[in-house]
Amino acid sequence: MASRTRTIRIDGLTRVEGHGSVYVKVAGGRVVDAELRLFEAPRLFEALLAGRQFTEAPDITARICGICPVAYQMSACQAMEDACAVTIPEPLRELRRLLYCGEWIESHTLHIYLLHAPDFLGFADGITMARDHGEAVRRGLALKQVGNEIVTVLGGREIHPINVRVGGFYRVPTRAELAGLRERLPRARDAALETVRWVAGFEFPEAQLDCELVALRHPTEYPMNAGRLASTAGLDIPVAEIESRIEEEHLRYTNALHARLKERGAYLTGPLARYALNAERLSPMARAAAADAGLGAVCRNPYEAIVVRAVEVLHACEEAIRIIDAYEAPDRPAIAVPPPSHPAVGKGCTEAPRGMLYHRYDVGPDGLITAARIVPPTSQNQRVIEQDLRAAVERSLALPRADLERTCENVVRCYDPCISCATHFLRLELDET
Amino acid sequence: MRGLVIGLGSADRGDDGAGLEAANALARLVPEDVAVRSLPGREITLLDHWTDAPLVIVIDAVVSGAVPGTVHLVDVSAGRLRLGTPPGSSHAFGLAEVIELGRALGRLPERLIVLGIEAADCRAGAAVSGPVRAGLREAIRMALAEVGGS
Repeated sequence: MASRTRTIRIDGLTRVEGHGSVYVKVAGGRVVDAELRLFEAPRLFEALLAGRQFTEAPDITARICGICPVAYQMSACQAMEDACAVTIPEPLRELRRLLYCGEWIESHTLHIYLLHAPDFLGFADGITMARDHGEAVRRGLALKQVGNEIVTVLGGREIHPINVRVGGFYRVPTRAELAGLRERLPRARDAALETVRWVAGFEFPEAQLDCELVALRHPTEYPMNAGRLASTAGLDIPVAEIESRIEEEHLRYTNALHARLKERGAYLTGPLARYALNAERLSPMARAAAADAGLGAVCRNPYEAIVVRAVEVLHACEEAIRIIDAYEAPDRPAIAVPPPSHPAVGKGCTEAPRGMLYHRYDVGPDGLITAARIVPPTSQNQRVIEQDLRAAVERSLALPRADLERTCENVVRCYDPCISCATHFLRLELDET
Repeated sequence: MRGLVIGLGSADRGDDGAGLEAANALARLVPEDVAVRSLPGREITLLDHWTDAPLVIVIDAVVSGAVPGTVHLVDVSAGRLRLGTPPGSSHAFGLAEVIELGRALGRLPERLIVLGIEAADCRAGAAVSGPVRAGLREAIRMALAEVGGS
């Protein structure tokens, strides 16, 4: 019997951040190739950082992404402070967590309401969905706006904040400036709780990821900007050892490097991983909402990542309230950070909305960056996305072509890929024989 | 506030900065009860601004194939904007998509006018080009005709 080849090509993935495509080749009823092709032009940020002052890295790398610039600033600052052997005082690290809460709220809420929910409710896009689910979308936009306001107050403006520096901030807010935010946060928290309940009511396809889940873990905090790198398979290393355990390689079909754990293979970073490794560190209301949503101790269904994102938004609202309530303006907005006295290497790792973001810089005594390495979350998640695509297509081969293409797009959107970050990605091609 | 003028675009991308330059100039020319804001970057934040006033004028650079510098006046109250292909990413969630999202949510101002200045050259680092600068002046004149002012 002649075998049949089918090719699925999705040439322009929609409702993802940036530009990419999917190519799937099926032969004899089995998926032979499943490729996530991130064709956004390479951004070359690591090269252009060479020769710049170490103090410039937070603002330069923030330009990698309009959705998660804070994550870049946080990992860059942490790495430079490591290179210069300084530790910022706890009140400044708390303020950085508050800024990060704003970005988590903005980024997750945008993905939940405008990019991902249409998949579960059967709409082509968020605009069409808004005509039938106006109340929900209005709630989402109001919640996102509170995230924007946090970023504006702490970061100076809502996109590409400009107030973060190595050593702290250029300016810290007064208690009065935070009071306005504080007034709006209880309503945002209520909207976040309602978001968890809304998405928990969606119907989720059956799927289970069997990969290793990797995230920062901290003794007491749900991780944002501190902790060791841990996994569901027992990995537990300091940030300084990340490069000895994670390797990247260039594949011909994608402009983003593929990452894997040495001798272990594909792994997933992001909300599912953070939750699996840190659920007990969630704020009380977020922990209760997760339980009510039926998440369990570990969630390995990628479709349910939308529920975990909603739980993380609720956590971020509660965390923001906690930080503001305890806030006393620090004596000074930043500590002095002189360049290292000898060539030094600095490493930083924080939890961007999409997962862990690692930076490493080599810095000379003149303060100039001599080498830079940036490992963004989407780059790390590509292998797992491809494995999931392969499994989803094999489960769905009997579906008509249009449904199969939709299935592939739905799979990719579960991971909220940020292609602009990863190419420092989507088109679907299905090839079947 | 009776009116609000909003400039969109990117100041570092040649003609794409025309809307922002027009807004900057209008800030000195509009009556006291009209506000002017520049919102470079994500257009989605418009939803949070344009319910502040009954009349909103949005000025942005457009590419339609017309002669560079041509100013297109679109009265959004008149009907749906024609969307091209669905936005490929939220990075591409542009003015037309935000207007339709606002319409779906009942969050458009009473009157919304878009002044689209036809762009020619949007290279990084370039200034607004000659013909487009003439269009920019025309857009300022048209905005003032709507809101009143010198």
